[in-house]
Amino acid sequence: MSDITKKSLTELVKNIKEKKLSSEEVTKAFIDRSEKSKELNAYITEDYSSALEKAKKFDQKPNLDLKLPGIPMAVKDLFCTKNIRTTAGSKILNNFVPTYESTVTQNIWNEGAILLGKLNCDEFAMGSSNETSFFGNVQNPIDENLVPGGSSGGSASAVAGQLTPITIGTDTGGSIRQPASFTGTVGLKPTYGSCSRYGIVAFASSLDQAGPMAQNVRDCALLQEIISTYDPKDSTSIDFKRNNYSKELTKNIKDKKIGIPKEYRVEGMPKEIEELWQKGIQYAKDCGAEIVDISLPHTSYALPTYYIVAPAEASSNLARYDGVKYGFRAKGENLIDMYEKTRSEGFGAEVQRRIMIGTYVLSSGYYDAYYLKAQKVRKLIKNDFDEAYKKVDAILTPSTPSSAFKIGEKKDDPVSMYLNDIFTVPVNLAGLPGISIPAGHDTRGYPLGLQIIGKAFDEQNILNIAYAMEEKINFKNKITDWWIK
Amino acid sequence: MSKNKSEYLINRKDNQYEVVIGLEVHAQVTSESKLFSTSATKFGAEPNTQVSLVDAAFPGMLPVINEFCVKQAIKTGIGLNAKINNRSVFDRKNYFYADLPQGYQISQFKDPIVGEGKVILDMPEGQKEVGIERLHLEQDAGKSIHDLDPQNTFVDLNRSGVALMEIVSKPDLRSPDEVSVYIKKLRSIMRYLGTCDGNMQEGSLRADVNVSVRTKGSKEFGTRCEIKNVNSIKFMQMAIEYEANRQVDLIEEGKSIDQETRLFDTKKNETRSMRSKEDAHDYRYFPDPDLLPLEVSDEFINKLKNDIPELPDDKKKRFIDEFKLSAYEATILVSDIDTAKYFEEVVAKMGKNRDMKLAVNWITGELFAVLNNKNLEISQSPVSAKNLAILVNLIKNGTISGKIAKTVFELMLDGDKDPQKIVEEKGLKQQSDPKAIEALIDKIINDNREKAIEYKQGKEKLFGFFVGQAMKVSGGKANPQLINEILKKKLQ
Repeated sequence: MSDITKKSLTELVKNIKEKKLSSEEVTKAFIDRSEKSKELNAYITEDYSSALEKAKKFDQKPNLDLKLPGIPMAVKDLFCTKNIRTTAGSKILNNFVPTYESTVTQNIWNEGAILLGKLNCDEFAMGSSNETSFFGNVQNPIDENLVPGGSSGGSASAVAGQLTPITIGTDTGGSIRQPASFTGTVGLKPTYGSCSRYGIVAFASSLDQAGPMAQNVRDCALLQEIISTYDPKDSTSIDFKRNNYSKELTKNIKDKKIGIPKEYRVEGMPKEIEELWQKGIQYAKDCGAEIVDISLPHTSYALPTYYIVAPAEASSNLARYDGVKYGFRAKGENLIDMYEKTRSEGFGAEVQRRIMIGTYVLSSGYYDAYYLKAQKVRKLIKNDFDEAYKKVDAILTPSTPSSAFKIGEKKDDPVSMYLNDIFTVPVNLAGLPGISIPAGHDTRGYPLGLQIIGKAFDEQNILNIAYAMEEKINFKNKITDWWIK
Repeated sequence: MSKNKSEYLINRKDNQYEVVIGLEVHAQVTSESKLFSTSATKFGAEPNTQVSLVDAAFPGMLPVINEFCVKQAIKTGIGLNAKINNRSVFDRKNYFYADLPQGYQISQFKDPIVGEGKVILDMPEGQKEVGIERLHLEQDAGKSIHDLDPQNTFVDLNRSGVALMEIVSKPDLRSPDEVSVYIKKLRSIMRYLGTCDGNMQEGSLRADVNVSVRTKGSKEFGTRCEIKNVNSIKFMQMAIEYEANRQVDLIEEGKSIDQETRLFDTKKNETRSMRSKEDAHDYRYFPDPDLLPLEVSDEFINKLKNDIPELPDDKKKRFIDEFKLSAYEATILVSDIDTAKYFEEVVAKMGKNRDMKLAVNWITGELFAVLNNKNLEISQSPVSAKNLAILVNLIKNGTISGKIAKTVFELMLDGDKDPQKIVEEKGLKQQSDPKAIEALIDKIINDNREKAIEYKQGKEKLFGFFVGQAMKVSGGKANPQLINEILKKKLQ
């Protein structure tokens, strides 16, 4: 039984299609393991009994043409799920039950997947360690008291800990790739406009993007081909020709040109990250790719730009949580008092910090110096990539400047926490796809990830490169099940 | 008060002040659904029955632009002779209020869909051009209802997200009368275009009024105050009058005017400070990242241009040229699309041998009086254009006299009766047989021989007496022209 949860999504789908496993068996296995893994605190809301019912129902009349036939999975609690509480990791949505389904999750259910529950995340996806969640921090299955990264920390923990075969997260500045890197899993941030934002609790609208998180590249490709659809309900959704990413997956990346941006060699970067990068370059060469040195001159401005644009949008996006219509409401003397108390008690410290920053940078008198300038820099950052892609097909960088850190280590140092996203943020600002794959371990045995950045809408290419390198890297995640007593 | 009668000036001891007014008109777009959602926009529905998840700003909900509303805004821009911008941007205007579910209003700040244009006003002393600064699209807010419960405020979100056009004029208006004509003209243009019903009672048209004063002849503008959300022309005029005098008084007292937002209290007929410039909201406008910039091609705009109906200014010109109406008559007839439609239908039904002047007089005289008395719109007229045309033709071809026509008209009011039938049934046909009239006149002269002698001796006033007698005896049916002719002959 316990072997079931060790299987990849691709294997599970094959087993179910070949009737070697039933949906009920698979679902039960993941529920059992999830039940035993409460210490990880990966779930905010569990929906196990309903999942089992759905699995039984599926087995009675299995539709084996579906891409996720009776596959159980948990999703980040930022996706609105019909009749299932959706909190965004916040007290302010503690009791919120949507009457509607996000497009991305709907796409998954349409292919036969079954919801196990909603996964923990940083409050409104604001954080890099899952420590800002109202529902408590999440443990990294790699090691006790290690953060899983964030904001999709619950998702990364659940995939690495095999509580779900795959999951979907969201990535605004690295929230899929950084936790994937910290937990030895694969995470793809698709091109902006690839996956619909309809029904996803918004953090920063011009940066938010849903994406798959999985144990391997193939699973990731399969999930991406399911969740990426054009959606008229999202005005920023783009109608482009989407590949059958898993079907078209190939390890043949011969003569692909892969750029190495010198600006990603940041000051104070640990030696082991540099070494990992070099190893990655060698793997890429071994796969037949050609390595090209490139420059992305505005890289150092990406993080400050991001920390203006994202909070600005967030300050406005989060204005709707006012205690009037839904969610948490504090008692107040009058309307203004009620607003103030609701928002002071309902939002955590990090969310309040970002609302403050966002409000400040949009204020009259500061708008030009901050928000407007940030938008200009954002354009320059995008231009950097456009220039680079005249010479190369993809770009290879480390995913993060360090491996996972201890819970509490950076909690009171927001700047050091923000620096975690230094390699991932430029990709969001430019709206490009990026994938993080596990590529090695640091001296303590914690996983390290490499990021492959692609051209817009060229997910297939970076998936192929990741697929080819994955084989060469032959990464083995060191999961000891320490939390299962 | 002032030398030039049409000029609106405020006089104090030694000084004459000119009033400078600019308007921000909020016109509700006529559309089935809201600007960014598919909810209905019908007025007067049960509270909170026309609210989608988008309108109520549920988590993860996204706005999707309603193409029809965009077309309506562009059409209005064309009607205002304005520049249509190929690229416009929706911004978020951030502020907290219970009836603003998103915590921001989606509006257009820097890059509106319509740029500069102009509107021609027909003032008694001639035409006046008023500049349009811009027109932009934005969402309406919901409605807070404070008077249904002593403790609580109720919120109705039916209006939340309904499309509005904000039409900003240049500070070109100089009097309450001009404001009245301007609003009526805007309304007329939008009603012609079908882009706004202009119904001020239902709040489809309301305005923020910017007022400042300056000594006559001065080129500099004074400090302005903005009077928020005035919803009738009469109140706009009253508010301007009050506000201009208030400002003049301050200047006369040597005090300065604070730039501020004011409210017009319709009960007390005064404006009151709402918030000063210092307390002004910082709306933190920024482009809405949920919406891409709105791009419209020249082809798209030109297609809409082809759909634009004849607008009041052109219609007026045509009425003058084609129907030989006076400028005054034409202005009245084109001012409202339904009046113009009615008139044109009357013209069409009158056929070739038509009397335009007579038709205009009947519409602007008898018909308007009836509508006024019964408080009806011309679209609800008890007399159809077809039957009015028949009536006018009956007068024109001598079947009935103008006087009888009034009697017939009265009878037509009840159920839009055919005047021809009324004339036949009631035997109101005009007596136009010269022999019969001659006999009638002979009898009258015979019965009033002394008066006939007096007339012949020079008392010409008595001619009217004989006409009156002839009308009376004939029951008003004798052809007055024939009476005149025959009387003159007989009394020679």
